[in-house]
Order: sequence, then C-alpha cells, then structure tokens
Amino acid sequence: MTGKVGRRLSRSLLHIVIISICLMWTLPSFGLLANSFRSRRDIVATGWWTALKTPFAFTVENYKDVLTGQSHYGEEKASDKSRSILGDIITGQGIGRAFLNSLVISIPSTLIPIVIASFAAYALAWMRFPGRDLLLVIVVGLLVVPLQMTLIPILRFYKGLHLAGTFLGVWLAHTAYGLPYAIYLLRNFFKALPRDLFESASLDGASQFVVFYRIVVPLSIPAIASLAIFQFLWVWNDLLVALIYLGGTRDVAPLTMHISSMMSSLGENWHLLPAGAFISMMLPLIIFSTLQPYFVRGILAGSLKG
Amino acid sequence: MGSALLFLTVYLIYPILNTAYISFLGRSSKEFAGLGNYWYVFTNADMLGALKNNLLWLVLFTSITVSLGVAIAVLTDRVRYEAAAKALVFLPMAISFVAASVIWRFMFEFRPAGTDQIGLMNALLSNLLGFKPVAWLVNTRVNNFALIGVGIWVWTGFCTVILSAGLKGIPVEILEAARIDGASEWRIFWRILLPMMRTTILVVATTMVIIVLKVFDIVYVMTNGNLGTEVIANRMYKEMFNYHHFGRASAIAIILLLAVIPVIVLNIRRFRAQEAVQ
Repeated sequence: MTGKVGRRLSRSLLHIVIISICLMWTLPSFGLLANSFRSRRDIVATGWWTALKTPFAFTVENYKDVLTGQSHYGEEKASDKSRSILGDIITGQGIGRAFLNSLVISIPSTLIPIVIASFAAYALAWMRFPGRDLLLVIVVGLLVVPLQMTLIPILRFYKGLHLAGTFLGVWLAHTAYGLPYAIYLLRNFFKALPRDLFESASLDGASQFVVFYRIVVPLSIPAIASLAIFQFLWVWNDLLVALIYLGGTRDVAPLTMHISSMMSSLGENWHLLPAGAFISMMLPLIIFSTLQPYFVRGILAGSLKG
Repeated sequence: MGSALLFLTVYLIYPILNTAYISFLGRSSKEFAGLGNYWYVFTNADMLGALKNNLLWLVLFTSITVSLGVAIAVLTDRVRYEAAAKALVFLPMAISFVAASVIWRFMFEFRPAGTDQIGLMNALLSNLLGFKPVAWLVNTRVNNFALIGVGIWVWTGFCTVILSAGLKGIPVEILEAARIDGASEWRIFWRILLPMMRTTILVVATTMVIIVLKVFDIVYVMTNGNLGTEVIANRMYKEMFNYHHFGRASAIAIILLLAVIPVIVLNIRRFRAQEAVQ
C-alpha cells in the first residue's frame, strides 16, 4: 500500500517539477506578448499580469507605432492622414523597414552558402583529389573558430572596397561564416548515401555533375532543409556581424540592430519594445513551430558547431 | 569547390593569420608593439574584470545548462507530454539574443520598494515572498548572475534536445534488467544513465564552452558591459569601435582563439576517429 501511495506521490512531484520548468520557460515570453498589446500608460505603470482580468484593455497601437516609426498616440497631424500606413511601414524609420532589411539580408545569406556548400560537400564526400583530407580537417577545425578572429581584417578589406555598410558585404560575410558548418553537415550526409548509387550511375556514363544534380540533391532534401532553417535563423538572429559590417546606418539595419538601438535610447521608446521584439520573433517562431523536426535534426547532426 | 575554398581562405584563414599579425602592432597597425597589447590584456583592470566575468560565465553557464539539460531530458522521458515540454524549453533557441534580452529586461525591471513592481521577478520577490526588490541589472553583486541567467534560459533547450537524443540511444533492456534486480531509479540514474550519456554530455559541454567564450549579444544589449558586467567579446568590440585600438582588439581575439584551440584539437580527433570507423 505505502509503495503505491509513495509512487503516486513521486509521480505528482514529477509533474509539478516539469510543469514549473515549462512555466519558467514560457512565462517570460508570454508576459512580453501581453505587454505588447497594452497601452503606453499601462506598460510603465503596472505589471502585465494585472491586464489579464476583465475588462480587457488591449490595443494594437504599439504595433502600429513601432512598425511605422511614428506616434499614433495623441492628436494626429493633418499631413499624416494622407499617408497610408503601408507606405510608412516600408519607407518609414520604423521597424517595418528593419523587417524588410532582415529579409533582404537573410534570404541570400541562406541560399548562397547552401549552393556553394553542397558542391564542396559533394567533392569532399565522393571525389578524389590531392589535399582532400587536409581540407576536411581544416573545415572541421574552422567549425568553432570565433568569428571575432576575422572582424578586423575583413572590415579593413571592406572599407577599401567600399563594401562596408552594404548588403553585399553582409551576404558574403554570412556565406563565409556559414560555410564550415554547411559543408560539414552536408558532407556527412552525402557520405552516408549508399556507394552503389554512384557506381551504377557512373557505369551508365553519367557525369559527376549529373550524378550530383539528379541523385544526390533530391536524396538530400531533408538535410538541405535542416541546414536552410538553421542558417536562416542564425542570420536572422545575428547582431554582431550586422553591427560590424553595416555600421550604424538605419537604412540597412536589420531587426536585431534596430531593437538594440531602441533599447539603448532609454525612456521614450520603452513601451514599443515588447511589440518590436515580438515582430522580430514572429518569423522564427512560425518556422520553429512548423519545421521543428528539421531544425532539431540540423542541430543534432552538427553538434560540433558553436 | 573552388568558390568554397576562396571563401574560406579570404574570410577565415587569411583573416586569422592577419589578426595574429595585427595583434603585435600598435593602435593603427603602423608600428611594431611587440607583446605590448598582450601585456595590456593581462594587466589592465577592465580587461581583468572581463576575464574574471568570462570565467564566472564559463563555470556557471556551462555547469547549469548541462545539468539542467540532463535533468529535463531524464524527467520528461517519463511523462506523456514529453515532446510538448521539450519544445517549450527549446523555444528560446529560435529567437534572437536581442529579443531574449528584451523579454528579460521586462522580467528584471526594478521599481523602488513601496511602489508597484512591473517586472515579474521583483513582483514575486516583494509581493509574494516579502523581500525588498532587487535592481537586477544595476546591483553589481547580482547583475552578472542575472545576465548568466538569461544565457541559461536561452541555451538549456539546446542541451536538452541533444542530451535527450543521447538518452534515447540507451538500450531499454539494460534499464529493465537493472529495475528487475531491484535498483532504485536514483541509483539507475547515477550508475547507468549518466555513465552511458558521458560522450553526449561531453559534446554538449564543449559546445557550451565555445558559446560562453564568445558571449556578446546579451551583455551588449542588456548592460553594454557597464557596472562590472563586461566580457571578453564586448571588450574587443569596445577596443575596436570606441577606442579604435586595433592592436588590442586583435590581441583579445587571439586570446579567444587560444581558448578554443583545445576544442578544435578535440573536434579534429573525434572527426578522425569517426572517419576511421567508416
């Protein structure tokens, strides 16, 4: 009898521990979400939990303001009315512009390294050439090299070529920083494909490129998807690379830079931070919740990376 | 292949060598400075503070993320809502450190005692437990711990996912045999689970060490390294952009590289061993 009671007690204890861990990991984000829908006055006066009882007083004003970079609180100016909100989001000084910049930075910075890495990974997995093993060791070694090592020389090099402050400069930098991991992950995946596949194809007279394009790539879609998600989130969430190579220019600043500058200009923008942070989290959260298995696989496959 | 080689050479290999060279030069790399920059790194009070903080991060962040990861992996393994619970803990991995910092800025928000607390941490502390509210990010006795806490909140999910995969790799028969022999769950954990997860724990721990050496965003956004919270990577950024001293900044980068060299060697060895098996 006592054993049964004891077991039930420890089962409930187990549930309590797990549920409190889950709360510790979700409440902070939930609080931010709740705050993002509260008025400026409420955010600075009371905690978000006080807003969870009726009557609810939620508003989307913060989202409007942070997206357009203009205040919609108080009286509206006549000239403002003629402008559409959509126009303000795209061309304004708000976070809408930063969102677009983040997209412009992240998409090429995801596609270019994947294309380059898949060619390189194929060569490293299935072709014979002198120095192949050395190259592989270099790639593995580079996996954990702090990118701080490269900042000063590349920044100088960029200043000389006028690449500092341009999207092209950031795309190329992210491509290079993403390559070791991308090559490593894809090469391991390609290597695990059955050898017979390649032998029968080359017996049929197919060229290396055809084998790669017709056989290897279609079979590797799951690995490529994992990599794409991983690299996209990495670039989307990056602050350091953007900070170094884009400098302080608002026109090209991604979300992370925009929000961190909002945070350092304390006071006036305080009430816009939750909405701004949530806008930056939206895309990662959607990707995460729909494609989580791929994301996890990407992390598991390359857990050497830091 | 050629383009990959070009990228790796131009963006990684050459800059690493160049940074090593610059670290022996003066402020704007015009004159030779010998070991002057390294002397500065190991004697300047701000630098020593940053090194000390990084050490604190290294010890606390690594040990707590890894042990929480093990605990959560083992505990959730026993309940039906395992996937959901792990997903919630893993969620912060998807968002940026900047967003996580905003989240925790609000959690840590401090108002003087007697007024309404709008940050959850201080509300719990003063309203529920009856303590005085704490200025988490300003009070120099707690601010480093607060920042490390944010780092732990972000990275524990990563550890959990990998350790959980390692846990699933342990054959069920072994655990069942132990249970039939009457071993307690506690004993099974210490004598079977932990030893069998050893390799995975090592992989996760080295990853956390790499992460912690490079930690930058959280500190940059939340305190900008003020009030005694500076870390190495922040220090390097400041030397670069605030003081324009490229020699010192490079010397700091080299220190970071030296710190990760053991991990590089370990990774290459492990990779070679893997290849030898195939």
